[in-house]
Amino acid sequence: MENLQLIIPELFISIMIMFLLIFGVFKKNSSQLVYNLTTVSLVAALALIINLDTQIQSSLFNNSYNIDSLARFMKILLILSGIFVMLSSSKYIQISKISKIEYPILILCSILGMMVMISSNDLIVFYMGLELQSLALYVLASFNRDNLLSTESGLKYFVLSALSSGLLLYGCSLIYGFSETTNFNQIMINTKEIEYGLTFGIVFILVGLAFKISAVPFHMWAPDVYQGSPTSVTVFFALLPKIAALTVFIRFLYIPFYELGDQWQMIIIFLSIASMVFGAIAAIGQKNLKRLIAYSSISHMGYALAGLSTGTIQGVQSSITYITIYLVMNLAFFSCLFMLKRNNEYYENIDDLSGLSKNHPLLSLSLLVVLFSLAGIPPLAGFFAKFYIFVAVINEKMYFLAIVGLLATVIAAFYYLRIIKIIYFDPEKERFESKHNLGLKFTLVASTFFILAYFIYPSGIVDIISQININ
Amino acid sequence: MNFPILSSLILLPTIGALFIFFVRTSNSQYQSSKHVALFITLANFFLSLYLWIVFDKSIVDFQFVEEREWISGFVNYKVGVDGISILFILLTTFITPICVITVNATIKNRLKDFLIAILILETFMIGVFCSLDLVVFYLFFEAGLIPMFLIIGIWGGERRVYSAFKFFLYTLLGSVLMLVAIISIYWITGTTDVIKLYELGIDAKYQNLLWLAFFSSFAVKTPMWPVHTWLPDAHVEAPTAGSVLLAAILLKMAGYGFIRFSLGLFPDASLYFVPLVYTLSLIAIIYTSLVALMQEDMKKLIAYSSVAHMGFVTLGIFTMTQQGIEGSIFQMISHGLVSAALFLCVGVVYDRLHTRLINRYGGLVSIMPKYAIVFMVFTLGALGLPGTSGFIGEFLVLMGTFKKNVLVATIASLGVILGAAYMLWLYKRIIFGKLINEDVKKMVDLKRFEIVTLWLLVLPIIFFGFYPEPLINSIEVSVANMIDMNDLDKINKLALGE
Repeated sequence: MENLQLIIPELFISIMIMFLLIFGVFKKNSSQLVYNLTTVSLVAALALIINLDTQIQSSLFNNSYNIDSLARFMKILLILSGIFVMLSSSKYIQISKISKIEYPILILCSILGMMVMISSNDLIVFYMGLELQSLALYVLASFNRDNLLSTESGLKYFVLSALSSGLLLYGCSLIYGFSETTNFNQIMINTKEIEYGLTFGIVFILVGLAFKISAVPFHMWAPDVYQGSPTSVTVFFALLPKIAALTVFIRFLYIPFYELGDQWQMIIIFLSIASMVFGAIAAIGQKNLKRLIAYSSISHMGYALAGLSTGTIQGVQSSITYITIYLVMNLAFFSCLFMLKRNNEYYENIDDLSGLSKNHPLLSLSLLVVLFSLAGIPPLAGFFAKFYIFVAVINEKMYFLAIVGLLATVIAAFYYLRIIKIIYFDPEKERFESKHNLGLKFTLVASTFFILAYFIYPSGIVDIISQININ
Repeated sequence: MNFPILSSLILLPTIGALFIFFVRTSNSQYQSSKHVALFITLANFFLSLYLWIVFDKSIVDFQFVEEREWISGFVNYKVGVDGISILFILLTTFITPICVITVNATIKNRLKDFLIAILILETFMIGVFCSLDLVVFYLFFEAGLIPMFLIIGIWGGERRVYSAFKFFLYTLLGSVLMLVAIISIYWITGTTDVIKLYELGIDAKYQNLLWLAFFSSFAVKTPMWPVHTWLPDAHVEAPTAGSVLLAAILLKMAGYGFIRFSLGLFPDASLYFVPLVYTLSLIAIIYTSLVALMQEDMKKLIAYSSVAHMGFVTLGIFTMTQQGIEGSIFQMISHGLVSAALFLCVGVVYDRLHTRLINRYGGLVSIMPKYAIVFMVFTLGALGLPGTSGFIGEFLVLMGTFKKNVLVATIASLGVILGAAYMLWLYKRIIFGKLINEDVKKMVDLKRFEIVTLWLLVLPIIFFGFYPEPLINSIEVSVANMIDMNDLDKINKLALGE
């Protein structure tokens, strides 16, 4: 029973899901209230996680559920992003007429699934968490059901994601077949010798996971889903599933398959290089901001994978730093997107930004900061993210990966500069509304400030992350 | 002496920029933000002047060193100056207020943003010249791209977007390899602290590749032939103040980097690549001088002349002799002043006639006599007439080169003649000749603020032309130390078979 104390945050969220569901059904017109209660319960869950004893490193439920420093940090990151997503998108869902009680509850379900994924130490627990988050996401993607694009994106995401889940499951079954166990630690012990079946299992699992974080060549769904979904869901897609999938990536590569590094290292390097280069090149021609950010996030995932490919704890830490800074940058970017509103209509084409700097100097300034940071130009946070990755990569003498990655940043700089050019150099258009709700403003100011001021004290986050250890 | 004077120099402009940003002004109050910017930049200038006076020129060590932990256990924020860097800081703080004075005439819209960009740029430029850690250096070196990109892109001419992109991407592409090299140095030696690296030295087997990586960055920034093509575009499209900063200071970052890092950290590789640098420098000197002769746009002509002058700088640095390196530094300072002045001169006539085409002018001497005088001084400074600072630099460089390689020195001397040809021809076509264009007759002579800025530049050019001692004094010990420390002389002699 004392084990239950350690999963109080998860239990709390499950109870809140049930409570809010009943509450929402019985109380009429309560969608806004449920939304707010969801945000509050996320804050409460955050407090519960922080409140847990940091010293505890334990495995629960027959060693299938891990509460360690990695899980703790990633969960805090997850729920913080969740809170900010909720804060920034509340106005959007009202105006887009998707404010229904199911919306926040699905988000909670998905977050619960991700928390299970993050902590999982067993193939079955992991798969359970994955399906919980995916099922909620399918519905969220097509939530704006009167919109053709939204429905299409939901269906597309469902079909492709189900396929990848199938591959994953097949990989899991192969691994189970060859190692006689589903527990991660046990797999590591039982797989000292390389067998072909095992390699196949690893490949299938990696393919499935690459699908989830949209690494090239398994990225096809991302641009369509990003563009078609309501923006409030897109920001969710861009942030939270990435955290969970990256954690699972780390767990798979560094616990069960750690001894088999030769088998997976080349695969990860390939995924990484392909994602960095393809993401950078494909984004150049985009006209829609959401589609562009989809390609940009493909490219960013390439960098995060580059850190993982090193096979060292330093590489893992650099990837975690990368994803943390990536989250903040994307949050800031989407907050800016939520502000492009005029007469209850949101604008999401790059051309709509034309001459923004004349009418909205502050908004353009934050976009400028975010875009330069995404491009990785010092002294902004994005530079440090890439810097840590390359430090880890070059330490392993993987110069080719480092040079390709850096050249990809130059290509990527081109399309970020193109947006800046449109904002700052082009003739102005009609003004957007300048009244926004407090949560959105707060999100934008906080995230922009983080990006801008990161260089003053870069050790802060690095110190926390350097505590993270994987067995 | 615990006052962090260098950090203050770095931070002061940013504080000024924040002040201008946060204080709301209506359009009519633009003047006040200009005064703030002028005050801040002048304060910075006097602070750096004070630094130069307090600076002990007889000591080889870095002075005013500040160090504090930054990225824990990895990179320390470390700044300090020696005799070489202090001159560049002085140049930066001297040129920036002049740019601020000139904005009135050239910048019509968004003056406040422009001032903020210039102030932030000053922070980064000073940071480059006093950072003593490779990562900190890289940070400042790259960060300067952002304000310059905006300066060219927002306030530039017709083809500003193309030029701004070209400037940004060229320099970024050059620099990324340097980042790989910096991180590799960290893993090879365990530190990125420049002073420690000077002591430790880097194993000769790594040097060549690392040198090339640094070279790719500095060569683009210098710019050396054949990667110089971004410079004419950037200069032509940038507003006057932007061109001035670009020519006077941003280009010098690369020359400074060559001395501080290429020579300082990789002496063996530097020696190995001397023929490459000689070749590229000579091509730059001769070829771009010829190109400059054919230009019809004044700014383009001066931009190409900058490439030629920077050719002398790289030539001098890689002679690895006392005279050569001193001459290069002197040439950089002198070129900083002269090219800044020339771009200001172009700005003056451009504001009146709104064209930079040389053939639209002619006969200015009778309309704008005051302008003709200052322009003459700068022309002579650019072609290196004895009595101007331009002469000392070129002379020392050629002296150093003669010591090493007579053929190279002879070819480089041709560049001096070509330099005289294109500058004098430019002067003749603009100032003398017949007054054909009716609009030229309506042009007014220099206004007061133009007289002030231009004469402020005339004075040091003439002064250092006749009395170079203060500058030479300041760099002498540091350069000698640099040569001793790396046994450049010994390596040289070995190479020559002595």
